[in-house]
Amino acid sequence: MRRPNWVPEGTDLDKPNAARVYDYYLGGSHNFEVDREMARKAIALWPELPQIMRSNRAFLRRAVQFTAERGISRFLDIGSGIPTFGAVHEIARAVRPESQVVYIDRDPVAVAHSRLLLEDDPGSLVVQADVRDVDDLMSRPEVTALLAAGEPVAVLLVAVMHFVQDADDPWKLIAVIRDALPPGSALVLSHASLEGRPDQAEDHQRLYRMTPTPLTMRTVEQITGMFAGFDIVEPGVVYLPQWHPDQPEAVGEHPERMTGVAGVGFRP
Amino acid sequence: MTRAPEPSSGAERFHEDWARLLSGDHGTAVHPGLLDRLVSGTAGLLRRAQLDEPFEPHLAAEAGAQLVEAQFTDPIVLARAVELLQRQPAADGRGPALCGAFAAGWAAALRERTLREQEAIRTAADIARKEAEKALRASEARFRALFESAAIGIGIGDTDGNILAVNKALQELFGAGPEDMIGRRVGDLVHPEDADGVWDVYEELVSGKREYFQFDKPYYRQDGEVVWTHLTVSLIRDDDGSPQYQVAMLEDVTDRYRLQERLRHQATHDPLTGLPNRAAFFERLEKLFEDPDPGARFGLCYVDLDGFKVVNDSLGHDTGDQLLSAVAARLKAALNPLGHLVARLGGDEFVVLLENSRGEQEAVAAAKTVLKALAGPVLIGDHKLAVGASVGVLERRVSTTTPGAAVRAADLTLYRAKEAGRGRWTLFDPKENARAVSRYAVSVRMPAALDRGEFFIDYQPLYALADGRLAAVEALVRWRHPQLGVLGPDEFVTTAEETGLIMPLGRWVLEQACGQAADWIRRFGDAAPQLNVNLAVRQARSAALVGDLNRILDSTGLDPARLQLEITESTVVGPEDEALRTLHGLVEQGVSLAVDDFGTGWSNLAYLRDLPVSGLKIAGSFVGDLHDPAKDEETGWRIVSGLVSMAHALGLTVTAEGVETRRDAERLRVIGCDWAQGWHFGRPVRPAEIARRIAEEPQGRPVAVRGRAVTHGG
Repeated sequence: MRRPNWVPEGTDLDKPNAARVYDYYLGGSHNFEVDREMARKAIALWPELPQIMRSNRAFLRRAVQFTAERGISRFLDIGSGIPTFGAVHEIARAVRPESQVVYIDRDPVAVAHSRLLLEDDPGSLVVQADVRDVDDLMSRPEVTALLAAGEPVAVLLVAVMHFVQDADDPWKLIAVIRDALPPGSALVLSHASLEGRPDQAEDHQRLYRMTPTPLTMRTVEQITGMFAGFDIVEPGVVYLPQWHPDQPEAVGEHPERMTGVAGVGFRP
Repeated sequence: MTRAPEPSSGAERFHEDWARLLSGDHGTAVHPGLLDRLVSGTAGLLRRAQLDEPFEPHLAAEAGAQLVEAQFTDPIVLARAVELLQRQPAADGRGPALCGAFAAGWAAALRERTLREQEAIRTAADIARKEAEKALRASEARFRALFESAAIGIGIGDTDGNILAVNKALQELFGAGPEDMIGRRVGDLVHPEDADGVWDVYEELVSGKREYFQFDKPYYRQDGEVVWTHLTVSLIRDDDGSPQYQVAMLEDVTDRYRLQERLRHQATHDPLTGLPNRAAFFERLEKLFEDPDPGARFGLCYVDLDGFKVVNDSLGHDTGDQLLSAVAARLKAALNPLGHLVARLGGDEFVVLLENSRGEQEAVAAAKTVLKALAGPVLIGDHKLAVGASVGVLERRVSTTTPGAAVRAADLTLYRAKEAGRGRWTLFDPKENARAVSRYAVSVRMPAALDRGEFFIDYQPLYALADGRLAAVEALVRWRHPQLGVLGPDEFVTTAEETGLIMPLGRWVLEQACGQAADWIRRFGDAAPQLNVNLAVRQARSAALVGDLNRILDSTGLDPARLQLEITESTVVGPEDEALRTLHGLVEQGVSLAVDDFGTGWSNLAYLRDLPVSGLKIAGSFVGDLHDPAKDEETGWRIVSGLVSMAHALGLTVTAEGVETRRDAERLRVIGCDWAQGWHFGRPVRPAEIARRIAEEPQGRPVAVRGRAVTHGG
């Protein structure tokens, strides 16, 4: 049930937060001790996590560049977190200087931080919304304005949908977004998979259960299902390093150790 | 500053190693073009730091800072970089200083970056918290406005029942300030008129067993007045689900409640005297009968003023009304303290109801109290009026009567009291009652009752014991008396005979019943039952009967063979009786005769063989006696059996009356009794029910006990 919007969302700094933990993995300092404590525990259990996060970040970079090169200059970054390093508008504008980005996150701290960073950038807007309340998200004026021109929009759901539980039906949420997109729009999606490191999956999910954003890893088949209504570009939904690598050797010998899978699809 | 010549092969190797170092780990996330520029820039700076003269350590520091700028913040990068730099041949032994400068530059930049980012995230957290607080304050302000300006009274309390906050509307409702209410306990707000169970559900709520409840509940205001509210109480739980607060919402419904009360009072009270009215009295009386305790008793005193009509007629209605009010006040003052209900039934009739009577003497005491209360004269204006009253007293066990019968009996007892002389009480007597019913009923209303259509006929079925077939129905006349309710023939026929009213009534019954029987025959043919109609002695002695019957059979089209007339033993008292001629006349028309209630009249059996009868009905008392523990059952059966044999010897069809059990029905069948009648086979019912039985029970009703029918049957 949707909460009435006059009941404010609280900011709970006593609990680790996915956006700030992610920042720590990437070597940033936009985090608090609770975040670091949680990240250290996770790394102790699974030392490759920082590398996985970098791999995910690299996918985001390549995918934004890819869609920009395919002519898209409007981006909807859902679950943008704390975009200090390699933010979408920077990557996109390297290809298309006119690019506009709407950053969306549900965490009020991440949103406040993004606003601080982007307050002088008229082409970048920040909205606090929750993808689980997709009707609310899609009806925000910043979002409707982005879609109103009828030009293709790239929707980024990078390392986000695994924070949406089955009960909230992530497939349905994406379908609602899809139906609002103009033709030629793109879906850029990455998601923690169960197949990459089945030995780590259970422990890792258990650790995230203590955060406000529990983690649900899914099968490649389930993740591919999120592209319903999109034409998935080659090579399909693959492990993060395998998706359009900068150089063939960058894939590495064990792409599955990066555990996340990713893909890009276009709406006909 | 002069630039030293550089060995190009060494520079190229360093550049390659440097590029490899930076493209690992964090470098994988960096755009290749950006990474290329970073590698070139920093390699160039380091190269210059190695070779430039004089040695410029800040160049190495700048290279370290650029790495941090590009988020190469992992200390492993620093370790590997220093390792690589140390392997480079450097002029004049500046190597360690260069590495130191590089490391210091990296660390200083990292420190700045870390502090900047920590500052940024703190600021962001601060902003977010302030936004949240602002939103919370706005939300609180909205709630506060809602709470304060709500038209409905709202109070918040903890689960121990302490009142924590009350809004303006609630303060107005209670006529109290916040200081009068906050800190008080919910449990103090009890009121004697609280609905049953309201405090039980309250306890359930505060202990977390229910989420809310609603009641209409009265409260005392600060000024002592009572305010009626529609109360809704909801439970508020904390995040863990434990009960935390209770929120009460109270809507003032005092006006609505008062209006309801007034309407209810008007509906249940007599406007003149303020006493409960007839409807209220009957409601209370009927409630006594709903679910009485075994042995519960009640009493009624029917009170009628003596000579009220004279006062009313001579001094006017106004004086009469004042007299009634004065009498009501006296009765109320005298009897209410005893716990008795006084009601006005109408006119100058009052009633006292004893809801928990301890015995006859208590009811008599109440009657005496009534008479004593009215003994002194009443002053109305200049008139000193002496009023007396007559009282009919009834005191019974609840289980032995019905509200209707009790009221009728009390009324008739009053009637007797009045007849016996005024200013006295009379106690109910069953025999006197029966007599009074008949006399009263017949003398007052019966002549007009026929014209008014107050009579109707029920039919009681007679079944053939051999095959369970519905053989006949007996027509039983009823009187729907406007005051006394439905009366049975035993209550009015005797008097009707005494007064001669039996003649037109008997004719009417014959006409109605024959018409009904003819209708069943038309509808159901042979399945329709024979019709039995009772003939009063006076009818049988009437010369007009034969002609009347003839005409009725003609007009209704009833086959006389389907009609049997029941006479009593006293109809014919001797061989020369003129009634004999009438009876023969009837039989000549084709109808049959039966002797009803046989065995109760000490009839001369010798006459029986001379009577033109074909049937005999054994009085119900014979079968009834079989169940009397004081009488030997087998002797009883021998008597019944003997009566059946005697009747059969005379060629008569025998009917047993008063058959109430299947066992008796079975034994009567075995004895050879032909027909039976009684509650086992059905009480007197409306004609539609008889039609239903004919149509829906073509096989009749089971008589034999299963299994035994085989042994004794045939």
